[in-house]
Amino acid sequence: MTILSSIIHLFLTLILSPLLIGIINRTKALFAGRKGQPLLQPYYDLIKLMKKGSVYSTTSTWVFRLGPVMGLSAVMISILIVPSGGVGGLLSFSGDFVFMAYALGLTRFVTVIAAMDTGSPFEGMGASREVQFAIIAEVVLLLGLAVLAIGTHEISLSGIYAGLWTKSISPLGPVSVIVAFAFLTVLLTENARIPVDDPNTHLELTMIHEVMVLDHGGVDLAFIQYGASLKLWLFSALLVGIAIPLRTGLPLVDVIVNIIGILAIAVLVGIIESCMARLKLLHVPQMLVVALSVTVAALLWILR
Amino acid sequence: MIMDLMLASLAVLLFGSAVCVFAGGSGKSASLMGAITSVTGAILAMGAAGTILWTGKESSLHVPWQVPFGSFYIAVDPLSAFFIITISLVCALAAIYGTAYMDIYRGKKNLGAAWCFFNLLFASMLLVVLSRNGILFLIAWEGMSLSSFFLVMFEHEKAEVREAGWVYLIAAHVGQACLMFLFILLGGQNASLDFDKFTTPVGAAAALFILALAGFGAKAGFVPMHVWLPDAHPAAPSHVSAVMSGVMIKTGIYGLVRIVLLIGAPAQWWGWTLLIIGAVSGIMGVLFALAQHDIKRLLAYHSVENIGIICMGLGLWLLGVSINNPVLATLGLMGGLLHVLNHALFKSLLFFGAGSVAHASGTRNMDLLGGLLKRMPQTSLTFAIGAAAICGLPPLNGFISEFLIYLGAFGIVAKAGTLGSPAVGGLIAMASLGLIGGLAAACFAKVFGIVFLGEPRSENSARAHEVPRPMLFAMTTLAALCIIIGLAGPLAIKLVTPVARQLIGDANVSETSAMACGILWKISLAGGVLIIIAGVFWGLRSILLARRVNSTGPTWDCGYLAPNNRMQYTASSFAWPVIGMFQWLVRPKLNVRFTKGLFPQHAEISSHTDDIFRRNLFAPIFKLISELAQRIHRLQEGRNQLYVLYIAITILILLLVKVR
Amino acid sequence: MSIWTNIFILGLVLTDFRLLATSRLATVIQTTVFQAFALSAFMLTMADRPWPPLLIFLALLTLMVKGLVLPWLLRRAMRETGAQREIEPIVGYSASVLVGIVLLGLSFLIFIPLKTSVSQESAFLLPAALFTTLTGLMIIISRKNALTQVVGYLVMENGVYAFGAALAVEEPLLVEMGVLLDVFVAVFVMGITVYQISREFDNIDTDRLSELKD
Repeated sequence: MTILSSIIHLFLTLILSPLLIGIINRTKALFAGRKGQPLLQPYYDLIKLMKKGSVYSTTSTWVFRLGPVMGLSAVMISILIVPSGGVGGLLSFSGDFVFMAYALGLTRFVTVIAAMDTGSPFEGMGASREVQFAIIAEVVLLLGLAVLAIGTHEISLSGIYAGLWTKSISPLGPVSVIVAFAFLTVLLTENARIPVDDPNTHLELTMIHEVMVLDHGGVDLAFIQYGASLKLWLFSALLVGIAIPLRTGLPLVDVIVNIIGILAIAVLVGIIESCMARLKLLHVPQMLVVALSVTVAALLWILR
Repeated sequence: MIMDLMLASLAVLLFGSAVCVFAGGSGKSASLMGAITSVTGAILAMGAAGTILWTGKESSLHVPWQVPFGSFYIAVDPLSAFFIITISLVCALAAIYGTAYMDIYRGKKNLGAAWCFFNLLFASMLLVVLSRNGILFLIAWEGMSLSSFFLVMFEHEKAEVREAGWVYLIAAHVGQACLMFLFILLGGQNASLDFDKFTTPVGAAAALFILALAGFGAKAGFVPMHVWLPDAHPAAPSHVSAVMSGVMIKTGIYGLVRIVLLIGAPAQWWGWTLLIIGAVSGIMGVLFALAQHDIKRLLAYHSVENIGIICMGLGLWLLGVSINNPVLATLGLMGGLLHVLNHALFKSLLFFGAGSVAHASGTRNMDLLGGLLKRMPQTSLTFAIGAAAICGLPPLNGFISEFLIYLGAFGIVAKAGTLGSPAVGGLIAMASLGLIGGLAAACFAKVFGIVFLGEPRSENSARAHEVPRPMLFAMTTLAALCIIIGLAGPLAIKLVTPVARQLIGDANVSETSAMACGILWKISLAGGVLIIIAGVFWGLRSILLARRVNSTGPTWDCGYLAPNNRMQYTASSFAWPVIGMFQWLVRPKLNVRFTKGLFPQHAEISSHTDDIFRRNLFAPIFKLISELAQRIHRLQEGRNQLYVLYIAITILILLLVKVR
Repeated sequence: MSIWTNIFILGLVLTDFRLLATSRLATVIQTTVFQAFALSAFMLTMADRPWPPLLIFLALLTLMVKGLVLPWLLRRAMRETGAQREIEPIVGYSASVLVGIVLLGLSFLIFIPLKTSVSQESAFLLPAALFTTLTGLMIIISRKNALTQVVGYLVMENGVYAFGAALAVEEPLLVEMGVLLDVFVAVFVMGITVYQISREFDNIDTDRLSELKD
């Protein structure tokens, strides 16, 4: 039964993830008093991109063409690991979150080198900033998962998330709020949302993630955008697992509840993007270090 | 049989080194001879070692010697066998690489001597892991240091190479002094320097551990004793750098493990010490690597980082043994040892790549390179695989060994409950590994991107060409091995399990090993699925693009009128945000000359990073010693007669005293 | 027999004093020839009659090498460099002789308390050998000419040779041959070196040569 739910969950993930972007954009439009794009606009965009041809820079090589493909594949493998509420991921084993973190690292690596393959200074700039933030974000993610692991005495993602709400409200207590905050910060960083990066900017010098994919077009860009929405889904799933205290014990219901939670997170991201301005570039590492310190505080709390 | 193979291997190598000296100073025959004997010796040694690992037994040979306290006592047990395989593999491939690499020196330098020392280095490294007698060990160790010294000094006409060799020699001998003390203390009670007669004097275990740490750590490159690494490894020819970085520093790790095995039950603080040293080495190593713009110096600092990772694995092993947690001990040990092999593979690969780049373009400065992928396609592909492997990205081999260490660390973190317990050790290991992984990924994205991608930044790289076939063969073999081990994790476990059994004990290891195998099968499966999915998407993309209109054009330049290749990001600029974050630790120096006034003038900016340990720790110490020596210098007048007078007076005094 | 031994030993000591006192290079070289005589002679007189042919051979060999070959080498070097006299020495000639007397006294002082098998034969043998060695050292220390330094080394080896001849009763052959070879090679090499130094720097004053030190 659980395997079936996992497969259904995977299926829904693959289909529903671009919807998250649509929800975020619609939320922002609502806040701005506009009607906004249709909810399904990202799907229309993907289809449009798949229909287009590509223009490749003369400087670029096979690295540029491989980047989007490899990046998307790595994110997909990570999706297989992430659990949904109490239901485990399809591919779960002890220490699988390490694999997940490093697979996301692989995505970042190939995106960065694909960016540098164009020989453009803007893309080099974006790549350089992106790796800077990723360094701290990865540590925050790992330490946050460590807190959860200590709390539940499990070392696989599925185990951790299954154990989070089985016993009482949460074995972590107030610490779960801190970890949720840290995970939210990591989500905003890894997915290039305000306050870290503005996904709607058109100025190359202010872009971080956008500028890395500036020269991609057509099918490649479709892969990249789809991969980005999958990544957003992934991090939202991690966050929802901590935030939503509902485990009915029925796998299918859990999956549905989880998905609703993820969509709610998308709304939350939209609200954050509307209410906050983008941070100065020098302040982003500071924000990440704050997330790191509260995570360490959570660790100390739970270890005492 | 086993011993015969080993002795044959050593004999072939020594014969090779002798022949190379006479085979003609500058001819191709020297290279060929040297490579053939190296490869033959490697095959023989790997055959012997592989058999030992397969059967899990031990084989030894003990011949007494005239030297006081010395005996020709060599043995192959699983620990030695593992290191023999690592050493032989890398040395054989380096020899093949070297035949083509040294060609540019033909006629200008004495190649016979270089190959002689190469074979001697290989032979002495084998002897180091084989010896079971203190004197034999020290002789082999010294032979290793000296032959590598001469190889480092191959281009001795350059001042920086001379200085690098000098620093290396001093560091190697300071380490060796510690080792001599260590052996004397260990062998003192039984008055014998055979390893199996070593006994730990009561209460001296701590001092012995510290001595071993200092002596072997200087060779392995633990921070702060690493200061010779970033100078010596770039100064040597590239195949020698690969051997030094890939296997020679691992003999330090071997020595540490062997001595801990001989000293006996480890105390808990030993594990903590190794953990802390490992974490510090790892982080400092990769930070300094980020700040470099010379490829080989960067790679040398990365060796420091990976030694840190290995040290953390070993720290977890000792921690596990001391708190009686065999799972932690086994996982830590297996991770650390596997990383020894993995690092040897991908670091050699990267050094070969760097050597190819230097060979083709004539420069090691990354800020002058770029666009080499189009000109050196095969080198670039293998370098990319090596770069991904060293960052620990799946599905390559670096991930497997780091994963094992993570598994051990997380296992103990999840189980334990309180502060001050080994859980904190696990947390340190985990956080450090995470940080190191992120930094390493940044660094190698920088290296690969700046050197191989984009447009050439100078004439050097524009004129580059692909390298000869022997070099390509060596690099491709290593890249293939990285991929194979990455996808076949359980096979790698089979390599290290016999060693774990020998060091921790049969019963405890088998269970953990089986568990790890199970997990690694899943990881291999995931890796396979990843490749399949990538293949599917590539196919999809090809199908879709085949039916569309595609074209090429220049890179988007944002409307600038006259973009040129120098406007690309350089290595220093790429790393600057990260280095800026860690400025207080790394202390880079920036020299800026801006234009003043209204019209464009000459402006320049350059950055330079000193090794802070060398500048703030060792330089003052050596300056102090130098000043003291200057005062004693006054005794030295330069007159022959005065020295003979000193001798005569001493003789007379001795005679008078003795007679009275 | 012991009379003859003592005469030759005395001759050895006198040649040492001659070396310390003279400033002419030709004299110095000639004196080493006399030393060679004295050495081979007392080697013969110390042994029992009938002399084994090996011993005679050894004595003749010593005489030839130390009395003919080495002086010839040194004279040739002398000719090449054109030196005739010793340059101003560090310790003056009279002072050298006085120091020599002190050294002789020291040698006796060292050996009187020791009772060796040889002291029965002659009470002067071992002190004389030691004195010769110390004279050689003295010459090295106090003279500046490079050639004289070589001679000093030669004399030192003569002293060691004398020791060997006196004490190595069992296997004199191997020891003596060894020492002989050692001396021969050393002087040969030194002769060549002195020649090369003189050709390069046009000077064999070790004082000037010390200025080469950094």
